[in-house]
Amino acid sequence: MVETKNETLLKVEDLTLHYRTERGPVRAVDGVSFEIRRNEATVVLGESGCGKTSLTKALLRMLPRNVQEYSGRILLEGEDIMGLSDERFRKDVRWSKISMVMQAAMNALNPVVRVGQQVAEPLQMHRGWGKRQSMDRAAEVFELVGLSTDFLHRYPFELSGGMRQRAVLAMALVTEPKLVILDEPTSALDVLTQANIMNVLKRIKRDLGTSFLLITHDVGTSSELADRVALMYAGQIAEWSSAQDFFLDPAHPYAKLLMASVPRLREVRHPDFIPGQPPNLLNPPPGCRFADRCPKRFGKCTENPPLIQVPTDRNVRCWLYEEGGKATS
Amino acid sequence: MTDPTAPAARKDIILSARNLHTWFELRRWGIVHVGDVRAVDGVSFDLARGESVAFVGESGCGKSSLAKTLLGLHRPTRGEVVFEGRNITDLNRRDLKWYRQRVGYVQQDPYGALPPFMDVRRILAEPLIVNGVKSRKERERRIREALEEVRLSPPDDYLAKFPHMLSGGQQQRVVIARALILKPAMIIADEPVSMLDASVRVEILNLLQRIQKSHNLTLAFITHDLSTVRYFAERIFVMYAGKIVEKAQVDELLEAPQHPYTQALIGAISDPDPENARHITDVPAGEPPSLIHPPAACRFHPRCPRFMKGLCDVEEPPEFNPRPGHLSACWLQKPDRVE
Repeated sequence: MVETKNETLLKVEDLTLHYRTERGPVRAVDGVSFEIRRNEATVVLGESGCGKTSLTKALLRMLPRNVQEYSGRILLEGEDIMGLSDERFRKDVRWSKISMVMQAAMNALNPVVRVGQQVAEPLQMHRGWGKRQSMDRAAEVFELVGLSTDFLHRYPFELSGGMRQRAVLAMALVTEPKLVILDEPTSALDVLTQANIMNVLKRIKRDLGTSFLLITHDVGTSSELADRVALMYAGQIAEWSSAQDFFLDPAHPYAKLLMASVPRLREVRHPDFIPGQPPNLLNPPPGCRFADRCPKRFGKCTENPPLIQVPTDRNVRCWLYEEGGKATS
Repeated sequence: MTDPTAPAARKDIILSARNLHTWFELRRWGIVHVGDVRAVDGVSFDLARGESVAFVGESGCGKSSLAKTLLGLHRPTRGEVVFEGRNITDLNRRDLKWYRQRVGYVQQDPYGALPPFMDVRRILAEPLIVNGVKSRKERERRIREALEEVRLSPPDDYLAKFPHMLSGGQQQRVVIARALILKPAMIIADEPVSMLDASVRVEILNLLQRIQKSHNLTLAFITHDLSTVRYFAERIFVMYAGKIVEKAQVDELLEAPQHPYTQALIGAISDPDPENARHITDVPAGEPPSLIHPPAACRFHPRCPRFMKGLCDVEEPPEFNPRPGHLSACWLQKPDRVE
């Protein structure tokens, strides 16, 4: 039952999440807009501290106490889920429609509860299913993620890292959500295990038509699943394009430099680096946040550029792409 | 016995490891021996002066234990490490001090490697004080020189800073400056950039490479990231489950990998390419074995796509020399093998 492509599943408009600290607000997510289409995998790519994990927290409304501002619109199948009460959100959205594999979740399994029970728990909590029915369903998802059902009755310490990662993935899939958010799902794993997990995700996407939002800093791995890429820099989206465009012909100067800094195994080209550091999100510069590291900086960069739509179907936060700008240079 | 993969022009061997084993004993109730973790299990190689060698492997393959054994931090269970003609496994305290001057160490996590309560000046002064540089003026001169060397300039901006005030890249530069300050002949870098962001990694690796070349240092570079080594190492040793399975010059190894494990490793690494998402990667299932009860004979045999029953699980493959300057510990490379 694969639904048609190009139909919007989740639309995020101007999502903002600022944290309150002693030294002022930290603008972790600052006006982020993008869309996830059905049966597509969107990758949010960014370096540490760019706000990508905060973005997932904002999407699932898993907020810490020190929130200064939390605003914007999140439309899930056309319904604004920002307007839902916390109770409704917990019941109807979180884990039923959008589930998540958190960063290092494989190490957060409860050590004294059998893995199968932990995977079945969301069904008992959210659907009120009984033990037998939910364990049967858990066994199904175990097979889906390539885990032997023998492991249903094991404890987390009896599983290797790759198997635990499959188990938390099973937990996210057990309720058949429309969207699964994966925060750095393979960064703690070995190269071969990583490739195996990416294969599992590809099969699930192909066979079940699930949409994915994959958060990662690893450009190479991200290309294993991505249909579209949203590149984040300093709390904002710098570029949002199809994987085809992004990996082969990145548009934003930061995207270009980032791609050039990725060492490649199958090509002999010495990687470059980007001088400087990302700005502090406590007090980001008023203009373009990448301006002080950007080789193409010009007068207009003292103003913050909007996300400019460039034909076809790509969006770049850079004045170079303004109509009549220097986009061709 | 010399290592045929060593660069022919440079036979000036600075360090050799001979049949090195580092096992960690497992005990029950603190006394009863119940087994060993065979982290390094029979490893031999030579490093030439001025060359840079990458030890590549997945986590738990013993590469960090090997680094620590080479540094003299773990005592090998068997085998020896000979550095500039001296066996470091039986050095006394004073000679060990000499050895630690000759070999610098760059740790994986720069923040963890720097004491949080010391400022940069103090961090860099420490090795000089320990090694008897008594003159304060001389120490200050060498500290500034080391900071300039790692491009933390002007040094005055950094001397009074504490580690938490520096970015990850700057912290790693301080760690490198500390490794260099005693003018070593060799540097052992254990995953020097794995904690840093992609855009900074190359900058730090460039720096290490420049320093290595300008001082003719030997660099033993431990990493899990096969895609960076092409640019920053001359030779690669691939490790799997406590053993070195393949050794060759970088281009030779990446273009003509011989060992099935190396082939799988190279196949599993993705260069950014939108095509990747359109097919399932061909990758061996399973995970690296336990080092307590490693598989018999060839350790890769349970996962190997070209496993030969009755051979790979019975007899351990020695190092074969299938191509000039290329060693591979796999029965497939046995010279008179019939297909």
